Amino acid sequence: MTAMNMVQALNSALDGKMNEDPDILIFGEDVGYFGGVFRVTDKLQEKYGLTRCFDTPISEGGIVATAIGMGAYGLRPVVEIQFADYILPAFDQLVSEAARLRYRSNGDFWAPITVRVPYGGGIFGGQTHSQSPEALFAHVVGLKSVIPSNPYDAKGLLISAIEDDDPVIFFEPKRLYNGLFEGRPDDAVKPWKNHPLADVPEEIYRIPLGKARTVREGSDVTVLAYGTMVHVALSAIEECGIDAELIDLRSIVPLDIDAIVESVRRTGRCVIAHEASRYGGFGGELSALVQERCFYHLRAPIERVTGWDTPYPHAFEWDYFPGPQRVIDAMQRTQEV
Amino acid sequence: MKNRTELSLYVPEPSGRPGDEPDFSNVALQDAGEQRCPDTLTPEIELRDMPYGLIRVLDDEGKAVGPWTPDLPADHLLRGLDAMVRTRIFDDRMFRANRQGKTSFYMKSSGEEAIGAAQSLCLGERDMCFPTYRILSWLMARDYPMTALGNQIFSNAEDPLKGRQMPVLYSARDYGFYSISGNLGSRLGHAVGWAMASAYRHDDSIALGYVGEGTTAEGNVHEALTFAGVYRPPVILCVTNNQWAISSFSGIAGGNRTTFAAKALAYGIPGLRVDGNDFLAIHAATNWARERALGNKGATLIELVTYRASAHSSSDDPTRYRPKNEDKAWPLGDPIERLKQHLIVRGDMTEDDYRELYEDCEKRVRASIREAEAIGTLGQSKPSVKAMFEQVFKEPDWRQIEQRREVGY
Repeated sequence: MTAMNMVQALNSALDGKMNEDPDILIFGEDVGYFGGVFRVTDKLQEKYGLTRCFDTPISEGGIVATAIGMGAYGLRPVVEIQFADYILPAFDQLVSEAARLRYRSNGDFWAPITVRVPYGGGIFGGQTHSQSPEALFAHVVGLKSVIPSNPYDAKGLLISAIEDDDPVIFFEPKRLYNGLFEGRPDDAVKPWKNHPLADVPEEIYRIPLGKARTVREGSDVTVLAYGTMVHVALSAIEECGIDAELIDLRSIVPLDIDAIVESVRRTGRCVIAHEASRYGGFGGELSALVQERCFYHLRAPIERVTGWDTPYPHAFEWDYFPGPQRVIDAMQRTQEV
Repeated sequence: MKNRTELSLYVPEPSGRPGDEPDFSNVALQDAGEQRCPDTLTPEIELRDMPYGLIRVLDDEGKAVGPWTPDLPADHLLRGLDAMVRTRIFDDRMFRANRQGKTSFYMKSSGEEAIGAAQSLCLGERDMCFPTYRILSWLMARDYPMTALGNQIFSNAEDPLKGRQMPVLYSARDYGFYSISGNLGSRLGHAVGWAMASAYRHDDSIALGYVGEGTTAEGNVHEALTFAGVYRPPVILCVTNNQWAISSFSGIAGGNRTTFAAKALAYGIPGLRVDGNDFLAIHAATNWARERALGNKGATLIELVTYRASAHSSSDDPTRYRPKNEDKAWPLGDPIERLKQHLIVRGDMTEDDYRELYEDCEKRVRASIREAEAIGTLGQSKPSVKAMFEQVFKEPDWRQIEQRREVGY
């Protein structure tokens, strides 16, 4: 075991898989010599050579299109889109091609590609470096969407994503890359190194896609979260003293519906937290599923804690970001009924 | 501010609309045999005149002339002719089947049959083409079973794509034929990626991608060309310029100002402009690009100048937007007639032989379609509804499993 931050854990996953499987190619903007703007592909070109890890033109559509072609040929490309905010030029490739290829060709061709995407706010990136577009992809049948919240999960989930024979969008919460973030911007940065989930094995291991993690057991309310919001919610729970059960979904497609239903039926209350704006967000789907499957166990209305329905603002970052106080308020509302 | 012309918006218009005489004087032509044939390994910088010429081999009499004349045995040409003739007969019958309600939709490739046939026979078994919906002759030339085509078109119980795709959007990996989608240009980058993978593996297979001239305006075409220029993969990127994108003439895609082959110049790859109704010229140009690709010299863009002789699809009526008889006036003639004429001029076929070949093709097409019809036309039979829920992912997740049960499968 070594203490790793999330960047190092992701790098370790890529390194381990590249070492094991010559069919894994990594490419994207600035990922080659420079090692990526967030350093996730650091030293991989040096170690595996120019044709295994290389820079691409600034062309997200081109990156995903060539990855699909390589995947159809028999390789297993892992590509990086520099920011989730820049993935939209590749939307057609992901929706119309990667997600549909296996189905429409009756298994003649498929796209075993992983698309790594730094996402989320908290870095003063304004509307072009902060967004959380996971709901756009969760709606697309044929795509998987994975969102780790800590170094240990990041490595195990990325390895599973790479080995998966279907296209996976791997959302990396960039505010968590180098340290914990609990939604309290005035606190000093908390490095990962003392966190139990920063103990990351050097070797290959896997966390199956579609298996949630219970972060904290509790009986008063179930809090569903993923990515950065897992830590925001945990901090909120610890502050307010409500005995909440916190579930880190880890992937939203496939979704661990059994874990959600089991927990909410037990607690009778549910709070859903995500950074993305509310209307049409993935919280809406979670809310509907909980209502459909747990209606007779619910003792309070389902609460959603989300970004507001505005573009991600620059100067109002902490007014927009769903911080711990808003999670506390929502949990308390569920207790008042 | 002196002598300044008032600004005005320019919207290109075709040379003729319904009621006008067909006029193709805007299509830049060159006589058969005139275009030079450089060595396949020539540096790109010495090829920059090529996109403005027109590679043609068959002259008006059907003789093969000039430096691009390929050395092809008669049986190769006859195989091509057989594929083209069957494509045309099959298309006509399926178009009629659509009118009879036997299928929801159909698209013909009439007038463009030489392209898929010549390129299919030129490329190897392990090469992969990334087709548009007008490349049926590729499959015909590789003897893909016509009954399976019929089953796909009728979405019947034996449909190889399990009723999931609209008619003619085939997929046939074993025949070097990638899955077609109705989105335009979105597979050109896949061809580039496939070729990059082949180069990475030190393989010897190449990729060939197609788009229509209208689709060259899509961003994904430029993305594909950029990657093809940057990484020099063994890929042939083809623009089938059939003059019409549904009702929009090629000028709406920029064809009035330059040639589509000339798009290659900005990406640093060779661009060839080829008579798309000339089986021999297509074969020769494709083989040139293939040799170049296998010489590790990277991609080539080929514009195939042709004419969409039929409607865009079974849902289209071209008499509403283009002059009548444009296909008869098309200066590059009919690809089947031209290859037939060549075989006669070569002494490899007589008119009687051709009649025999045609009747044989007709018989085979008819028998295959009949076989597919016996399995069922649209709505008469279909794959199990279970298939609707399969292959969304490699393994279904709980949603497909629950929903399949919900509909009773």
